[in-house]
Amino acid sequence: MSAASHLQSAEIFSAAADMRVSGLACRYGLRPVFDGVSFELKAGEALALYGANGSGKTSLLRIMAGLLPPVAGHIDPPPGPQSVHYLGHMDGLKPLLTVGETLSMMAGFYGVKTDHEDECLGLLGLSGRAAQSVGDLSAGQRRRLALARLVIAPRALWLLDEPLTALDAAGRVLMSELAAAHLGAHGMILAASHEKLDFATADISLDDKAGAAA
Amino acid sequence: MMRVLSAICATHMRLAWRGGHSGLAVAFLFIAVTLMPFGLGPELKLLRALAPGLLWVVLVMTVLVSLDRLFQEDFEDGSLDQLIGLNSPFELVILAKLAGHYLAVIVPLLLGVPVAGLLLNIAPQDLPGLMLALLAGTPALVLLGGIGASLAVSVRRGGLLTVLLTLPFYVPVLIFGAGATEAALGGGMDVTRLAIVALISLAALFLAPLAMAAALKAAIR
Repeated sequence: MSAASHLQSAEIFSAAADMRVSGLACRYGLRPVFDGVSFELKAGEALALYGANGSGKTSLLRIMAGLLPPVAGHIDPPPGPQSVHYLGHMDGLKPLLTVGETLSMMAGFYGVKTDHEDECLGLLGLSGRAAQSVGDLSAGQRRRLALARLVIAPRALWLLDEPLTALDAAGRVLMSELAAAHLGAHGMILAASHEKLDFATADISLDDKAGAAA
Repeated sequence: MMRVLSAICATHMRLAWRGGHSGLAVAFLFIAVTLMPFGLGPELKLLRALAPGLLWVVLVMTVLVSLDRLFQEDFEDGSLDQLIGLNSPFELVILAKLAGHYLAVIVPLLLGVPVAGLLLNIAPQDLPGLMLALLAGTPALVLLGGIGASLAVSVRRGGLLTVLLTLPFYVPVLIFGAGATEAALGGGMDVTRLAIVALISLAALFLAPLAMAAALKAAIR
């Protein structure tokens, strides 16, 4: 907890505006996915997004990330991929790089200094693995490494798709600690999951939002 | 921002190098050139006359093959989502990635051309003109090929599609590039055609990133 808060507390998202989402709809071709999704997300809050397979959880996260335009509805303020962290199923890690190189890659991409690499690895439970190739990591270790970008580059809104996948008990504690530190710094989280998320302050479900046939 | 872009460039170079793309492209160039005498016969005079044009065609094909998976890996492993979310304009991010590809893959190819030329009995005095034209033309080849690669990115096994989409755009570069090389045989120089090739490269430098960014953003929807 202390390490997480140490890395995060540097940035307080006081400027983070509350988000208001109203009447969001999504469609794949002609097939409606969801319709009329509305919610509010205030600074320091975490929303857990539930829903059956295919109910559009990932699509909603991608809409919130500005990667996918919604068919209808408003998001205020409008989302942009530059102001959020979208952590999806595909983690964008390169098997050819080592763990240490991946961290410096992330730091370089986000334009931040890399002086606390060891601390970051320790925090993620990957100490001593800097020279290991990402291709040799287990699924859970990979997931932990993917979380590094949340720590390296502070951004107000985290969009997490199944954040607990492949994580062991300690990894789940780590995820909760990171989330708590982020919320403590007035960040916001929207996380899709099939499991109970202990850091969530409220729930929304997509199960009763299935869109009407077009 | 320059530091971010150079980090993107350096990462792509490292991945191209480790993934063996640089070595494979050079090997492809040499294999293709080695095959030429088998097809054309061991007539040294004929080979010497054809060498500059053959090298151009082989280089164009090699560049095309090297671009096959330029964006595909990033598309499949989710890196594109992250690259779009960086604080720099996506067009510049793409340009930085292409610069990394040029430095890691195309530069070794260009260094290999004089040696490959020996296999075709190229006249030493023809080399400077050929290299100059290639230097002016290869940026256009990479940038235009990048458009094809970005359009085919969501297609599995899109390599052949990339080739089909890109080859028509390569024709002007090839015509003027090979023309400039032809005119420079024996050590002369054809400034006009060289300038046209460089102009295509320059125009592609400004326009191609817009097209690639639009195609990639559409692909991840």
